[in-house]
Amino acid sequence: MTNVLQYLEQTVREKPYHLFLTDGQRGMTFREVYDQARAIGSCLIQSGVVGKAVAVLMEKTPRTVAAFLGAIYGGNYYVPLDSQMPRGRLEAIVDFLAPGALLWDESTRGLAEALPYSGTRIGYSQAAFGMIQEEPLRAVRKAQLDIDPIYVVFTSGSTGIPKGVVGCHRGVIDYVEQLCPALGFDGESVFGNQTPLYFDACLKELFPAMKYGGCVHLIPRQLFSFPVRLVEYLNQHQINTLCWVASAMTMVSNPGTFERIRPRFLRTVAFASEVLPVRQLKAWRKAAPGARFFNLYGPTETTGICCYYEICRELEDDEPIPIGAPFPNTQILLLDEEGRPAAPGAPGEIYIRGTRLTLGYYRSPEQEAGAFVQNPLQNSYPERVYRTGDMAMRNSRGELVFLGRRDQQIKRMGRRIELGEIEAAAGALPGVDSAGCVCSGEPQRLILFYTGPAEPEALLTGLKQRLPRYMLPNDLRPLEAMPRTPNGKLHRSRLRELADQG
Amino acid sequence: MERLLRMLTQLHPEVTFTPDTRLLEEELLDSFDIVTLVSEIDEEYGVVIPAQELIPENFATGTALYRLIRRLGEG
Repeated sequence: MTNVLQYLEQTVREKPYHLFLTDGQRGMTFREVYDQARAIGSCLIQSGVVGKAVAVLMEKTPRTVAAFLGAIYGGNYYVPLDSQMPRGRLEAIVDFLAPGALLWDESTRGLAEALPYSGTRIGYSQAAFGMIQEEPLRAVRKAQLDIDPIYVVFTSGSTGIPKGVVGCHRGVIDYVEQLCPALGFDGESVFGNQTPLYFDACLKELFPAMKYGGCVHLIPRQLFSFPVRLVEYLNQHQINTLCWVASAMTMVSNPGTFERIRPRFLRTVAFASEVLPVRQLKAWRKAAPGARFFNLYGPTETTGICCYYEICRELEDDEPIPIGAPFPNTQILLLDEEGRPAAPGAPGEIYIRGTRLTLGYYRSPEQEAGAFVQNPLQNSYPERVYRTGDMAMRNSRGELVFLGRRDQQIKRMGRRIELGEIEAAAGALPGVDSAGCVCSGEPQRLILFYTGPAEPEALLTGLKQRLPRYMLPNDLRPLEAMPRTPNGKLHRSRLRELADQG
Repeated sequence: MERLLRMLTQLHPEVTFTPDTRLLEEELLDSFDIVTLVSEIDEEYGVVIPAQELIPENFATGTALYRLIRRLGEG
């Protein structure tokens, strides 16, 4: 298998009229997606757009996925753009990307027309319901290789300029083939999608569903404010598989939702992109005792998730949930600052090896050079590995445990501190829903921000029982809500601003 | 009600809120805003909104939200 479109084509033969995607308003079968995607591909080829970036500026609906696949049918790579992002950022990305075509739908037409862009603008309906031209599609397919790009997703860069990560067929195929058996996905999987389509997180729902003929519910975003309604929605649609960010899990389990209603059909619950507090995990496991729970880890640069841990034992409240082990055909290297293997049990930086590595960053050779590097363990032949900037260690069971970012490591009183450890300790205390710690000022002060009803005094008393003295925050500040980045992670730079404001 | 409208304005200074502004239909509030509101309502009014009351109907307008606060405050 060398092309992700083969997943769709195989399923169209077997289950053409099965529902593939629905957002509660509109549903599309595999056949509909297949036909519309091929029509879009034909339209692109006819417009001379082949081997280019195709920007997809659409609301989150089933059609968006058909547009993604349509770009690939045309021999291009799709670039999902968030129509809600600030206008300036959107313009900067379009300018940087210089896409061969820009696909819009009815809801984004005005925006698409207003953007300064000199390429081909194509309306979804015009393309998707036009002619399917078999010959040009076949010719394009024949020229496609598994190392060709299929998407670019923009992720925030530490410098503030978004980075475009370029994924290819080969990486996604390896991902899907390893992920599905590990998490038990099959043709009965009914996915409840939470993450936006403009990140790589949705790959783990879209492509497994395509492979097996499963179904993906694009859950209306608004439900993620209303936990009881959200669980009702899961039950009503018999959704059995969740792959959510940790903060969405907490939004449901935290306000006592499960005392009112429980999810009835869950088989697989996976969470990613951030550390889920063990207390929230326990609430979920109690509410869905029949489900398997997985902690997932992986940077966008290596195509979705690369490590997973199935929760198979009771965890302590202050114990970080392990990220476990890599999928087969992916290797994790834990290396010290000199690029040597970290001592057993010692922290090391995660380097990732495997065919899952993406092609790299779009038009950013400098960023590229710092992140995709020669394997430090051998210099006999060229071998590219991805240097994550994430720190991890192996616990006594040999499981990988995520410790935090390399750049979040601080030194205090001559000792190394990972801020994530302080956050995990605070998150385990009663009355703390989420915690974020930053280091600020001169002399250096540790400031812990948290949400939840806990009193600062009680919190400090609790922390003193869990952390060595040198790790205790100087200041504990309650917040009404934890600032988060668009993909749900702790917004550390915002916290640092708050800390600097005093 | 004025206190409530003030809270909303703090979240979105660019919007002029009236008691009947359609907060959800017009997509003025996202999940971050709702988490913030729930916590401010606890602080300002001493009213904890339980999970079963975290429903769109109660957040549809300022009037609806104020009615909820009054109802829970009496209970």
